[in-house]
Amino acid sequence: MDALIHQILAGLATGGIYASLALALVMIYQATHLVNFAQGEMAMFATYIAWTLVDAGMPYWAAFFLTVPAAFVLGVAIERIVIRPVENAPVLAVVVVFIALLVILNSVTGWIYTYTIKTFPSPFPKEPLFGNRYMSSHEIGAIGVTLVVLALLYVFFRFTPLGLAMRAAAQNPDSARLVGIRVGWMLALGWGLAAAIGAVAGMMVAPIVYLDPNMMGGVLLYAFAAALVGGIDNPGGAVFGGFLVGVLENVLGAFVIGNELKLAVALVLIVVVLVVKPSGFFGRVHVTRV
Amino acid sequence: MALLEVKDLRASYGETRVLHGIDFGLEPGSITALLGANGAGKTTTLRALCRMVRTEGSIRFDGTPIGRRATEDIVRLGIAHVPDGRGTFVNLTTEENLRLGAYVRKDRAEVEGDLERVYGYFPRLRERRAQQAGTLSGGEQQMLAVSRALMLRPRLMLLDEPSFGLAPLVVRELFEILRAVNQAERVSMLVVEQNAAMALDLADTAYLIETGRIVLSGTAREIRGDDAVRRSYLGY
Repeated sequence: MDALIHQILAGLATGGIYASLALALVMIYQATHLVNFAQGEMAMFATYIAWTLVDAGMPYWAAFFLTVPAAFVLGVAIERIVIRPVENAPVLAVVVVFIALLVILNSVTGWIYTYTIKTFPSPFPKEPLFGNRYMSSHEIGAIGVTLVVLALLYVFFRFTPLGLAMRAAAQNPDSARLVGIRVGWMLALGWGLAAAIGAVAGMMVAPIVYLDPNMMGGVLLYAFAAALVGGIDNPGGAVFGGFLVGVLENVLGAFVIGNELKLAVALVLIVVVLVVKPSGFFGRVHVTRV
Repeated sequence: MALLEVKDLRASYGETRVLHGIDFGLEPGSITALLGANGAGKTTTLRALCRMVRTEGSIRFDGTPIGRRATEDIVRLGIAHVPDGRGTFVNLTTEENLRLGAYVRKDRAEVEGDLERVYGYFPRLRERRAQQAGTLSGGEQQMLAVSRALMLRPRLMLLDEPSFGLAPLVVRELFEILRAVNQAERVSMLVVEQNAAMALDLADTAYLIETGRIVLSGTAREIRGDDAVRRSYLGY
């Protein structure tokens, strides 16, 4: 019983990280109806920035709060420079650009930092908080950070004029232009936010999976499964999906299929959702008149 | 000086030219109607003024050439477009739709007052303020589109078929409100309508457009008196 509780709680901790990355995917999906395959590598690259700062002797939280805006700027720049020229290109062309981004970011990171696995520090204490037996401090901390990110995003999109403008631009670009919203910039802003959220996810997952250029490959798959389970156009659903996938992955991995097949859980989930209920738990069913 | 001055305006969708060089003007504070049959180019004319289609020719607003500006910048000059199909943000609430209308305004405090003002014009929208706008009826969405445009405090309103899909009683009410807004706030209006009789009642000046060309212009009274117009568009 203890073991099960432990696995569920550990699942919630990694699930929060999947939820963050899934949220980043959803954010770009809502605006462009495309899944950004490079989301994981962008997060990985941002995590290396944080590592560089920490390695140079900067305190953890200072590095954290410098990395997040750096990732934001990087995301905006990628949208402006790489994505904008293919704005009206066919879907397949854009997908190729996403994959190119993934490969380039991965290779450039490997070139700068080598493929040697590095440890990444956790900002949370080594010994378990409150003397509990179930969760490490980092796991509790990661859940906390995820919840803070979620709350900030909720407040931003719900209660600020800029958040409202971003939702409007994603939903109805023509009408958005007619009320004066600069739709192109809203898209770039969405990329920046997605990159910033991804950076947080990367920094939270790196102490668990260690830092190397391929660290986000698995995480992106879980996040993709999470976004699909929740409904790829629903931010709340993506978060729910993230926690669900995290728990499933841990519990099934520990008791049913073994650690080696864990990643298969994500792939099976993806296939099952796409076959049985493509809109996910909370997604909108799209009906098109033909 | 004319508030809006259009010279030799041409517009095309891809290779297909829809407007073949039209000229018209609009006096400050006036209501101008653009009449014509389906496919004559009325909607395209409005879309061209907001640069939502590819255009050539000269468009001057208050003396400033705007023919090369982006749609978002034209809005900032005070031109509000009530588009064909209403342009509702269907997943946002009624009130969020209205607030978006005031997106480019800096006077946040006065926006609150304007919100109350449009709720005064259309009490139905107040009842539906927290409701998802996509669930509103067609007529309510048309009121919402007009109200969203008013939230800009525009100098010029471009109205594309405001009567479309509305019950006759609601149309009358809407046109009363448009007239009141025009008189109380000196908002100029360019109205595209298939309902020629209603539009001529509202307007001071009118243009008749056929297959992308202006074929007749004059005061609303003159146009109403024209035999050809009466037979083709007024039906008596």
